[in-house]
Amino acid sequence: MAEGVKPRVKVPKTASAGEEIVIKTLISHKMESGQRKDGDGNIIPRSIINRFTCDFNGENVVDVTLEPAISTNPYLEFAAIVPESGEFKFTWYDDDASVYEEIKKITVE
Amino acid sequence: MKRLTATFTAGLMAATFAGSTALADPVDDTLILNGETEIVTRTAAPAAVEGALDEVISGWHYRGTETRAMQADDFDNPGMIFVEKAEDLWNAAEGSEGKSCADCHGTSEEMAGVRPVYPKWNEAAGEVRTMEMQINDCRENRMGADPWKYTGGDMVNMTALMASVSRGMLVDVATDGPVQSTWDQGKELYYTRFGQLELACASCHEANNGMMIRADHLSQGQINGFPVYRLKNSKLNAVHARFKGCVRDTRAQTFKPGSAEFIALELYVASRGNGLGVEGPSVRN
Repeated sequence: MAEGVKPRVKVPKTASAGEEIVIKTLISHKMESGQRKDGDGNIIPRSIINRFTCDFNGENVVDVTLEPAISTNPYLEFAAIVPESGEFKFTWYDDDASVYEEIKKITVE
Repeated sequence: MKRLTATFTAGLMAATFAGSTALADPVDDTLILNGETEIVTRTAAPAAVEGALDEVISGWHYRGTETRAMQADDFDNPGMIFVEKAEDLWNAAEGSEGKSCADCHGTSEEMAGVRPVYPKWNEAAGEVRTMEMQINDCRENRMGADPWKYTGGDMVNMTALMASVSRGMLVDVATDGPVQSTWDQGKELYYTRFGQLELACASCHEANNGMMIRADHLSQGQINGFPVYRLKNSKLNAVHARFKGCVRDTRAQTFKPGSAEFIALELYVASRGNGLGVEGPSVRN
């Protein structure tokens, strides 16, 4: 079980129709690659976030596969044009089968 | 023919020199935190550097565009992850007294104004104290908890929390009165050459700031941005750890973090940045 994992998301509360908004996401995670050895020469087992998704009103809009070379505390930023008011759902999938979720509402004026 | 060659060489040298100086010069930019708070990152020289520098400049100006932008937004600043961790520690009861920091001090925001004046004189103890010493004094004597390692993770995170709530306030450490002798010792250390390379702090950060040191820019070595999130080790770095690294790079035996020498040096170096805004946790490479 990875410790101290905490997702964070920054989404504007409101947007105008057709406006391009920027969504920033960050999850604190050690992203242990599985390539390193400890002091006794044993391999430290891999423990990473392996998938990130973003859904808008139930429809998947972003689906990312993350690989071991991605450094600690992965940060993902993307732009979106939001057609209507609704709800973003962000999901991170951990190697240890934990799933972290964050939900943000946005109002389109 | 001889004359022509000479002119050409001189011209080439001038061009090369101008190019490298322009590259290493501090960038002209304004640090506005989260689009709201403007931070003082360059200002007139305080008394401590009179005659040596005309202007004091934060290390932020010596970093690249992306790194500067990263610090300007709390969400993008990876140092804020550690500030959040410290916020949990702030509210967690520990030790035999069953008290947390918050039980005595209230919210962490109420500590605004503490960072800018440290290191400072502690009358009861009769010594100059850094923030780390004060935190450990609280832990041992008020909470009945074990002290933290001077540059350990929890300690540096807590100093980052203390710095973050004072961001934008101006560094204002005292240099006279009871701290005068410590400050003098710090000044002496600053100008003392150490190691096989025979380098003093001043050799790089006073005489050659704005120049290149191998592939990197030499800043004035200001500490208003500490603790610093460094991209090279993806964690927060304490000021004494930075001092240790610098002294090590001169190929000298270093002083220990938390030693009397580094406390004096911290006081002196902080006073060289009196008037700059607190930036911690800042982002550097």
